[in-house]
This record gives sequence, C-alpha cells and structure tokens, in this order.
Amino acid sequence: MPETRVLFRNIDEPGLASIETYRRRGGYEALRHAFTGVDPDELLWQLESSDLRGRGGAGFAMGKKAGFLPRGEMEKYLCCNADESEPGTFKDRELMQKNPHLLVEGCLIASLAVGARYAFIFIRGEYWEVADVIEAAVSEAYEAGFAGEDILGTRCDVDVVVHRGAGAYICGEETALLDSLEGKRGNPRLKPPFPAIQGLYGGPTLINNVETLMNVPLIATRGADWFKDFGSEQSAGTKVVSVSGCVERPGNYEIELGIPSREIIYDLAGGPPEGREVKAWFPGGSSAPVLTAEDLDLPYTFEAMADAGSMLGSGAIIVADETVSIPELALRTARFYQHESCGKCTPCREGTNWTVKMLERVASGEATPMDLDIIASVQENIIGNCLCVLGDAMAMPVGSMVKKFRSEFDEAIEANREPAGSGGEAEHAGGGVLA
Amino acid sequence: MDAGNGHHRLIPTDDLTGAERRELIESMTPEDAERVPELHEVEVPDDLREQIESAMGRYPQIRSASIPALWAVQRRYGWCTPDGIRQAAAVMGLTPAYLQSVASFYDLFHTRPEGTHRVLVCTNISCWLNGGDELLEAVCEATGADREGAAHGGASSADGEFYVQGFECLGACDMAPMASVDERYLGPLELGDADAIATALRAGEEPLPDKHLFRRPAAGGPEPEPDERVKKAESNA
Repeated sequence: MPETRVLFRNIDEPGLASIETYRRRGGYEALRHAFTGVDPDELLWQLESSDLRGRGGAGFAMGKKAGFLPRGEMEKYLCCNADESEPGTFKDRELMQKNPHLLVEGCLIASLAVGARYAFIFIRGEYWEVADVIEAAVSEAYEAGFAGEDILGTRCDVDVVVHRGAGAYICGEETALLDSLEGKRGNPRLKPPFPAIQGLYGGPTLINNVETLMNVPLIATRGADWFKDFGSEQSAGTKVVSVSGCVERPGNYEIELGIPSREIIYDLAGGPPEGREVKAWFPGGSSAPVLTAEDLDLPYTFEAMADAGSMLGSGAIIVADETVSIPELALRTARFYQHESCGKCTPCREGTNWTVKMLERVASGEATPMDLDIIASVQENIIGNCLCVLGDAMAMPVGSMVKKFRSEFDEAIEANREPAGSGGEAEHAGGGVLA
Repeated sequence: MDAGNGHHRLIPTDDLTGAERRELIESMTPEDAERVPELHEVEVPDDLREQIESAMGRYPQIRSASIPALWAVQRRYGWCTPDGIRQAAAVMGLTPAYLQSVASFYDLFHTRPEGTHRVLVCTNISCWLNGGDELLEAVCEATGADREGAAHGGASSADGEFYVQGFECLGACDMAPMASVDERYLGPLELGDADAIATALRAGEEPLPDKHLFRRPAAGGPEPEPDERVKKAESNA
C-alpha cells in the first residue's frame, strides 16, 4: 500500500517553499477563488460538509467549530496551533518547512470564512528555523497582495502574525495557547466559555492545527465531496502520520484514513528491526492509551482507535518492540507530563508527581504490588478532574500500560528488589497508607 | 477586595497605551511596591528598543509582545538578565516582576547565565528508544557539562562555551536520536558525533551540515504515482 499524497504531493520539489514555485503549482488560486468568488457562508458550509476533523489531537469537526463563532462585525481571531509538542509528533514541522505557503493560504481562507481580522501562527520556540521559513512565506504573501490590507482589492483585511513560543508543552492546549499569545504564563483557562465565543483578547477565536488548516485551500477549490471521497465515513480525508520509535524507516507518511494500522507500521515504516515483534504502540502521540500487537489490523481511523479504547490523537504512532521494558516506558512517559504540568490544578500537579515517584519505586525495587493498584487509582482520579487534559494525557497511557502489562510490572518489582529485607518493609509502609 | 459591595470597578487595561497603563498602575500601587520603570531611568540600547517596539506594533494589544521582547533580551544578553528585563519592562510599560514571571514559565528562557552554545538533546520516548540517553552522556563528555545537571534541567560547561540539556520531545523523532544545536536540528546522531559537534562549535563552524533537518527528504522516498482522485483534481485545476 503506497502513500496517498495530497498535502505531501511533491513535497520535496525544490523551491516549493518559495511563492513562485508554489504559485506555479496553482497555489493561491484557492485564495483568489475564496476572496473574490465565494460568500463566506458558502465557504463555511463547504468546510462543514467536508467532515474535516481536527488534525491536532481532539479530532473535533473543523467546520462545526468554525460555525460556532458568532456572525457579524466584531474583533474575531484565527489562531493556528503550530505548537506541535505531543511526543512522537513531527508532521506539522515537515509540512511547514517544506510547504509553508499552503499553511499561509489556509490561514487566510479560514480567516475569511469566520471574519477574523488577524491570523496568528503560534509556533513552538524550538522550531526556530522552521519559523524563519514561515515568516519568509508570510512576507512573500504580503508582497504579492495576498495578506494585509485590502486583499486582492476586496477591501478585506487579514494580518498574519508569526508568534514564536518559548518552550512549554501546555501551550498546545488551546486556552493556554491564548494566554501565552496574550503575553502571559501559559496556564489553561476554565471552559466554558469556549474560545469560539470568548477567546483571544476576549474575542471569538477559531483555533486549528496546522494540518487541518492546510486542508482548507484544497476543500475550497476541489470541494467537500472530493475531500470526503478519501477515508472512512467518520474519518474523511488523508492524514499525515508520524511513525517513530522501534521502526526501520521512521518518518511522516500521508495515508488515506482507514488503511490497516499494520500497513503503516510495517509496509511504510518498515516495522521493528529484523526478528523483533511489536509489543506496544501509541496510535496518537504519547497521550494515547497504548495498543498491543493484537490491535495491528485495526483500520487507522478516529472511530476504530476510539473503539479500541485509545485515540487517533495527533496521528503519531510510536512503536515499542519486544525489547522495551513497559515499566520504563511508563516512567519515561510520566516524567514528561510531570515536567510539563503547569501546576494550576491539584490532581494533575500532584498526580503526575506521585505517579513518577511510584514508578521510580518500581524501577528501584522498593515498590510492592499494592503500589500498582495505587498507581492505577491515581490515574483514575486525575481523569476529568482538571481544567485541561494534560493530566489525563498522562493518566490514559500510564493507566493503560499498568492494565495491559500488569504482569510485567509485577516481574519488574520482583527483579529490581534488593535481596531480602527491604522489600518487606516497603510492603508494610504501603499497607499503612491504605489502612 | 471589596467585590460584592456594588462599587467594584473593572478597568479595561488591555486597551491602554503604555503611558496610560503606567499612570493607572501607579495610582493603584502602594509606595513601596515595584514600579514600572520610566524610560528615562533605564538605558535601553536602540536596537533592543526597536525590536521590542516593532513586536508591540504587530499585535492588537501590546502585552502580547512579552515573549518576543524576552526573546530579544535573551538574544542580546545571552540570557534574560535582570537589567535586560528591566529595559524591556520600561519599553512595554510593564513591571519587571511581570516579565520575570513570564520568563520563568518557559523552558527556553534562561533566568541565569548559561554557556554560549546551546545543545538540547532529546530524551523523550522515541529518542530514548534510539539511544537518546547515551547521546546526552556523550555530549556531556564532549563538552564538559555535568551529566546529572544536564539530565535535570540543564548544565553549563566550566569554560562557559556550552549549555547542555536533556530536553522534552523536540518534534523530530524521525531523526532520533537528535539534538537542537544552537537552534539547528541535527540527527540522527551517533555517539561519535558529540565530539564533532563540540569541535565545530569551538571553531566557530557549522556542526554536521549533512545531518541538518533541512537536508532530509520525505521518509516515503521518491514521489509515488499519484492517486487517481488527486490526478483528476490536478488536471481540472
């Protein structure tokens, strides 16, 4: 099964990042069409009927979200979430680096559809050199009259601003992103109100991922039906999947949603090194509950991943083969969220912290089997109890690892235990806590 | 404090200019509290001031320029120095404490002096599975940065040349294990590359140009034959 390249079509064409090459390939025709020939409501309708779902993680219907913004004259904003920080995810980076104008065009068309005066591209600070590429593309778009004031003589103004972050996973969460963009510490906000009603500077704001917005020019010119012709009923279109970990050919592959996961991991990414088997895999970034070898034949769609108890998330597949210790994988995963928790909500701040401490006990041999029950219950008490889903994003994968690989944790506790003595004391202490 | 007595007043500070904001804050601030520094009290280098003012002009509300302003300060002084923060605060009409609170939130801002060349080694899942921890160790060895310190929040070498930090996922798992070297992504790296990176940086040369992110073609290789639906759409355009 080859790739189905739409966004990735001729991605390595030399000069694609320049406006000349991009336009020679038909670039900015969608913008011209949208700004001069289409009613914004018609655009919104196209987006909604395309069934395009968000490519950043939550998978919410893009057109529906755009439709939540109030109509009429007011200060509205578009924010492109280019803070790609979900471990395992690197699709937006390659898309932006190689085809930046498609993103700029997508931002401009989406701004027109919802009536936004400003489009902000919030790119993580670590992607400094990619932000340079995007900034150059934005300048070229301004020079060509596609951005700024009076776009194509339509009296429509949209400014595109590239905003570089400064290193915080939490800023990928949409309300934390807004606070950060307002010049504050990136703490999430209570929802509701949702950003579509009250977002940046208190104005209605549409927030979409890079890949989502890059699909917009294609839908605007080729139509919703063309887009829906790809994928499954609930997962329309193609998806750029980032495959990494224990595979021979890690990288981004654009696939039609619905192909078997096995084909992505084995046929495209080459599978684990010769002679090894897949043990566990994250189907949608490290926040997604892990799946096992038994799940490899599931179609790669939003609905199939959800039915299997996980999620398609950002479309980042991380593969762990049989040589990987799941307790160590759980610890590595939990440490990330512990470090990135903003500290605002107690279940997340304390829950990530104690989960790491308990998993370290497993690694150092101080843990007892009872610790595993406590780890599991801590995860359950985080989920759904915070302002944002960062805590859940640790609780879901760690919880799934303890559940699906419980025996491996038991074995690790035994194997790591110091010879005679210390184990008994730890057990006693654990019992005391529960009693 | 007296919310609920009916006299609580909401002031839309976001619409104020720098001068109005300064006046308002001072009218509400106890005498011993930190003030917004006046521009004439603080010597701000022209180029820094221009950069910050230009950032302020890009946003509908000037406070949004906090992070660009801190980037400008860090670029100029190597880290977010108290003086630099004070200068930015004077230009923006904010208190230094406010900007300090913002700077301390973000991993890429340094609130103390660090080594000149910044080497961030990814140690998150995909890089870890491909030897990220060992790479971090090799980079510490090659640069003289403390291994423990580098793995726990970052460490600088004694000669002040290098700052090394085991970092969260840098979004480049396709080139694992990898590192961001002075903001350029390099990978996949072998342990021996650590020495090459340190040597090149010491000599003022570009380290490992062949391993730079921008040299990488798409993983899927040469362009496959386009899908029929894509071909049709392209011929209609």
